[in-house]
Amino acid sequence: MSNLILDIKNITKSFPKVIANNKVSFGIKKNSVHAILGENGAGKSTFVKILYGLLEPDEGSIEYNSKPFNINSPAEARKKGIGMVFQHFSLFESLSVRENLILGIDETMSYSNLEKKLENISSQYNLPLDLDAPITSLSAGEKQRVEIVRILLQDPQILIMDEPTSVLTPQEVESLFVTLNALVKEGRTILYITHKLEEVISICDTVTIMRNGEVIDTSSTSNFTAKSLATKMLGQKLDDLKTNYEHVKDEFNFEVKDISCEFNDPFLTDLKNISFKVRVGEIYGIAGVAGNGQSELMDILTGENINISSGEIIFNKNKIQNFGPQKRRDLSISFVPENRLGHSAVPELSLSENILLSQFPKNNFLKNGIILKNNIDDYANNVIKNFNVVTPGNDVKASSLSGGNLQKYVIGREISSNPKLLIISHPTWGIDAGAEHAIRESLIELSQNGTSIIVISQDLDELLEITHKISVIYNGKLSNSYKTNEVEIEKIGLLMGGKND
Amino acid sequence: MINFLPMIVSRSQTSNIMNFFVPIIAIILTLVTGSVIFLLLGFDPFYALYTFFISPISSSYGVSELLVKATPLALIAIGLAFCFKNNIYNIGAEGQLTMGAIFGGGIGILFHDTSAFWLLPVMIFAGALGGALWGLIPALLKTKFNTNEILTSLMLVYVALFILDFLVVGPWKDPNGFSFPKSRAFSESGRMPLLFEGLRVHFGLIITLFLIFISWFVFSKTMFGFQLKVSGFSPKAARYAGFNQTTLIFLAFGICGAFAGIAGLSEVSGPIGLLYRDISPNYGFTAIIVAFLGRLHPVGIIFASLIIALTYLGAEDAQLFLQIPSAVGFIFQGLVLFYLLGAELLINYKLTFKKTL
Repeated sequence: MSNLILDIKNITKSFPKVIANNKVSFGIKKNSVHAILGENGAGKSTFVKILYGLLEPDEGSIEYNSKPFNINSPAEARKKGIGMVFQHFSLFESLSVRENLILGIDETMSYSNLEKKLENISSQYNLPLDLDAPITSLSAGEKQRVEIVRILLQDPQILIMDEPTSVLTPQEVESLFVTLNALVKEGRTILYITHKLEEVISICDTVTIMRNGEVIDTSSTSNFTAKSLATKMLGQKLDDLKTNYEHVKDEFNFEVKDISCEFNDPFLTDLKNISFKVRVGEIYGIAGVAGNGQSELMDILTGENINISSGEIIFNKNKIQNFGPQKRRDLSISFVPENRLGHSAVPELSLSENILLSQFPKNNFLKNGIILKNNIDDYANNVIKNFNVVTPGNDVKASSLSGGNLQKYVIGREISSNPKLLIISHPTWGIDAGAEHAIRESLIELSQNGTSIIVISQDLDELLEITHKISVIYNGKLSNSYKTNEVEIEKIGLLMGGKND
Repeated sequence: MINFLPMIVSRSQTSNIMNFFVPIIAIILTLVTGSVIFLLLGFDPFYALYTFFISPISSSYGVSELLVKATPLALIAIGLAFCFKNNIYNIGAEGQLTMGAIFGGGIGILFHDTSAFWLLPVMIFAGALGGALWGLIPALLKTKFNTNEILTSLMLVYVALFILDFLVVGPWKDPNGFSFPKSRAFSESGRMPLLFEGLRVHFGLIITLFLIFISWFVFSKTMFGFQLKVSGFSPKAARYAGFNQTTLIFLAFGICGAFAGIAGLSEVSGPIGLLYRDISPNYGFTAIIVAFLGRLHPVGIIFASLIIALTYLGAEDAQLFLQIPSAVGFIFQGLVLFYLLGAELLINYKLTFKKTL
């Protein structure tokens, strides 16, 4: 057992309503690249935060170099040789590279000593840096290099990389891998957090697969193919699909044609030539791991972002790509974005008042700009009744409802307008099982009445359960679409991991 | 590692009752601190507070003076509520007030020999227009160039003051005024009618109450008021709803500017009667305190304007009877704002000495 640098035993960490890590046990070998693979919400981040001293586990123990692990803060973690490169950089944008590096050091170090050390690190690990450049002028890859150098200055034994390639170009990824290899050759250990199958196979020695807070398997990567990794990561999905294709008409009423959108922002994903068509009464699913362009696509579908670089959106023969949200609602398109509090609902306002956020042609909420309070109250009461929203009344603040109830309310508000097209993102994100079931049921019912629905979701189970067609978004590109009842789960898993064969 | 400095931690639940009491707590703490200051200055705190807060309004003349001072404060504050509800920080009401006085007063000077009934309405309209135009400049800069409205609106205050300065020593100087930096007086029909014989409280008070009522209606009953609220609470929800943020910014600044402009005009055509350098004892800035002390609510603003107006009067009386510099009035205004913000912070956050990661 002496070749294990970290030996993790039965780590459990629970948050209100969810067990993020359930009896997590595995070992990390010294001098290796160890991957933790899992979907969003699998518990990877929680586990890493425990290692880095940001969270305390409820139960379990960790041995670090065969001694009890006792780290209570990131500063302590760094001192004891654990460094971490976060997905989102923590650099001072207006300062130079040198200034950022100096600020990151915990102990005092003479200036010339620092320069010498930097030079060594730069040449040794393929990490060229221009010390005088301001951070703002650097690309995402260069910023990451600064982060890595900053960690290496402390000479860590273990380097935790959280989704390191999510903001990098393919070339930058390659040079990152060169660096990682050099680090391992030197005797360091790398813990590599990812959901990308390819990366696991190409640079990791061992992989721990997590799902729903539990460790599914820990094994050498040579035992896996991308396909078998995908199956393990996603688990045995429900095969009990009851999608009914009969009511779907052979007539398209919504089409996205070759939409591209560039943001020039490292934290946004550029959309590349996205095209798809939706039939009348069809539920069209867009799967994918978070951060692959879903929210960017959603903003374009709702009209909250109409600054697209090229392409068209056509609804019932109208070109609507330049329409804002209200003009789209006038055509009977309704939307439910992912975030309830502060996006699809205003937490500080009452349920009644929240009705006014989305108005459709048939609604009679206003007369000469004056709010007809009785009408919105009636509408709110109907939504509350028809969608079983648990609330003391329509005058309580939206923030006082549980996530599931508020989501039922928001979706009810949109469905009650009898839209011709409903665009919904992550409909059951973070809500209890009962509400989840009610919402899925109401979506299926809506489609049977002839409404087309587009569902963007990370929850593959959900998409397999309710959609007729499914496609996958990866790195801003949308895959071909497949009939949900015919597609193989491995195929979707591969597409989600960026493997299109 | 133990932190000796407290950490500020968000409270998961805020008490609605405490929220209501915030202004009252702030006022009580202000009075307590004020007593200590008076005590340190060597005055009997009770007598000093009496001189400061009670004696100024113990006559009908005093009450009238209170209303004269409260009128512009309340009118500007309700205008500011349009901006603040939308999370736009217009700090430049003083400049908008000055511009309103210049525009409206300019009409008054131009028609100084008219006795026609239309003069005052035209002056009021011009005042509103001047204030609104001045308010639209930061709105334009914010929407076009994404500048910070706090800076631009504040800087425009000084521009407006210099323009007024230039006018009263230059082109608009009273030809018979012995070179004093003031304009000629407006004609009687360009003056705000007085409400009571012998008291200075004027028609501006009626205009203010009317506009406060209109604002209450807009805030609570109209879609426009709703849009201001939503985009103030969460801009993302406003975008989702499809509200036009640019229009909202222009409207909020325009309305606020117009109200401040009317306030400026009622000052110069009310108690003053002409244009000169110091037409406003910082009403535009003090109204910011009034707006927050009144929690951006029309009724709250009425009460807050009376309280703050009292600090102006109290400062004058304190100077007269206690020989304390009138700047003590500003100290009280500062204390109120300080305690108000402090109490508000402590309602939403708590201090803890516990070690946190």
